[in-house]
Amino acid sequence: MISVQACLDGILLGILFALIAYGMALQWGVMNIINIAQGDLVILGGYIAYFMYLYGIHPAWGVIVSPIIMYFVGVGLYKLVINKVVDRDLFISILATFGISILFMQLMNFAFGADVVLANSGYGTTFLFDSNVVLPNSKIFSAFVSIIFAICLVIYMKTSKLGRAIRATAQNARAAKILGVDTEKVYAATFGINAALCGVAGALISITFTIHPYMGLPYTIRSFMIVIVAGLGNLPGVAISGMGLGVFEEFADYILGTEFRIGSVFLLLVLILVYRRFKLSKKREYLK
Amino acid sequence: MNKNLILYITILIFGVAAPFIFPAFKVQLSILCVLIILAITWNIQGGEMGYNSFGNILFYGLGMYLCASVQVGMFFPLAEWTESGGEKTFVHTPAQFFQGFGVGLAVAAVVPAIVAGLIGYSILGLRGHYFAICTLGLGVAAGEISGGIEIIGAGQGFTTPPFPNFGGLEARGEFFYFCSFVSLVLTFIVVKSIYSTRFKLVLNAIRDNEDKAEAMGIQTMKYKIIGWMISAFFCGLAGGIMGGLVGYIDSTDVAFDGREMGVFMVLMAILGGKGTLWGPVIGASVFHIFKEGFWTFFLGWQYVALGVLIVVIVIYFPEGIMGWLREKYPERFGEVVDEADRKAQVELK
Repeated sequence: MISVQACLDGILLGILFALIAYGMALQWGVMNIINIAQGDLVILGGYIAYFMYLYGIHPAWGVIVSPIIMYFVGVGLYKLVINKVVDRDLFISILATFGISILFMQLMNFAFGADVVLANSGYGTTFLFDSNVVLPNSKIFSAFVSIIFAICLVIYMKTSKLGRAIRATAQNARAAKILGVDTEKVYAATFGINAALCGVAGALISITFTIHPYMGLPYTIRSFMIVIVAGLGNLPGVAISGMGLGVFEEFADYILGTEFRIGSVFLLLVLILVYRRFKLSKKREYLK
Repeated sequence: MNKNLILYITILIFGVAAPFIFPAFKVQLSILCVLIILAITWNIQGGEMGYNSFGNILFYGLGMYLCASVQVGMFFPLAEWTESGGEKTFVHTPAQFFQGFGVGLAVAAVVPAIVAGLIGYSILGLRGHYFAICTLGLGVAAGEISGGIEIIGAGQGFTTPPFPNFGGLEARGEFFYFCSFVSLVLTFIVVKSIYSTRFKLVLNAIRDNEDKAEAMGIQTMKYKIIGWMISAFFCGLAGGIMGGLVGYIDSTDVAFDGREMGVFMVLMAILGGKGTLWGPVIGASVFHIFKEGFWTFFLGWQYVALGVLIVVIVIYFPEGIMGWLREKYPERFGEVVDEADRKAQVELK
């Protein structure tokens, strides 16, 4: 029964990870930037929902409010910093976003305090299999909401004009520019959408789990891991590897103990990268 | 050459005299030496080899824990020491302390180098940003895992042996200063002599184009691993000294402090100028002076300042101080400059 519990928990958690990873895959694919501050955007989104909860509004509304605010945060971030690193060396973008990550971490620490907080949704719990499996309804709610957001975004990217422009830029930025796409605007919108997705995920995390200013980096690493396992632009892959990661984490938590949970995530990243490196080196290739 | 010799001797004399000229800054000067070592070691594979690692903090923390554990474990049961949490149930005699510290430093330098050699083959096969993220993961994982191991203090930390009552309190600062200064000189000499051999050219070839270097018949993997091992050796040494200097080891705040030390070493090397011998030294000095001078003004906002500093340096100043100097005075770097060409360039600007 423990394993059923861990599996269900992991899958529900993994759907959330997949949502964050989707944002990362989007901006990685379009702008060729690895955003280390991804996790900190998630946490910032979580604090928005938490503050709504503090002021007496039900935190579930954060799912709507937080992405709107985060979209503008993302666009602002793009205009201030990211647009200067888009065409540069990848390491520069990693280091610059690492700086942003430290900045955000500390600003959130000042603004919201270093306590672990949680926005209580009051959704109750569901008992399955003669109360052997306990699922908080908030987890089910968050998985449901993330699926809805993901589907909406996919439809938006397929049908809207901006979505078409984003896809065109991802394929070939120069050709898109020649054909009249304002790539600067597309980049800003992409980063904004990425931040908005982080906002949704953060709001859901603040309801389901806990948030803390320094918890950002593990979310970045998880989404990076999901993206490299699934590959850029492989949406079903992102969903499946996200759930796989969630299940892995729950089992690691159960078998190794909670203190090794984050450590095992980071180790898994190293193992996956090394595995892929050996697999590719047989063909005399390397990860690009 | 003669001019250089005078410069080196001046620096050496100043280095030896420094703790007596500025007795109040002994600890700061020792930390500066450690920072310079870290910047130089990062530069070996970050600047010369083009493998930008966020994970050298792994060797630093490993060295720190190893040095302290050996120093304690040689004479007393380690588990009881950490359990007592720094209570003075066991006291090192001066002889035991220095013996333990010496052996500890040797272990702290050699073991990280071996670890780098062992994991090097797997990790160094990754390139570019995958290498950067993989090493970032390694550093954080090491911190998280060491925070769960009981025998080295787990979450509550590890108190290193206190300096024995030997020649008054002043001796402690001088001892650690000379430890770090000697290691710095050693590191500098080793790195300088390496940089004047073919080895450096191979590393630069790997940085410029690894595929072509391989096609030229260079066994790139071998050189990459050796480069990383040298880097890890001195990184571990610096960690061991820093552990003794700080006197307290915590898994994520002191040893595997990716948020502070791990970023500092990258930042210092970039600030000074990647891929130069003197760049990391200058960068670390400027950074440390800036940090100590202005950190107190920011009063708790230092990480905010650090974040802004990283972004500004990386975006507007990626060439570093040495790169800037090189552009301004190319003659000093042995580059032949055509005067007419230079004038034309200035006019173009």
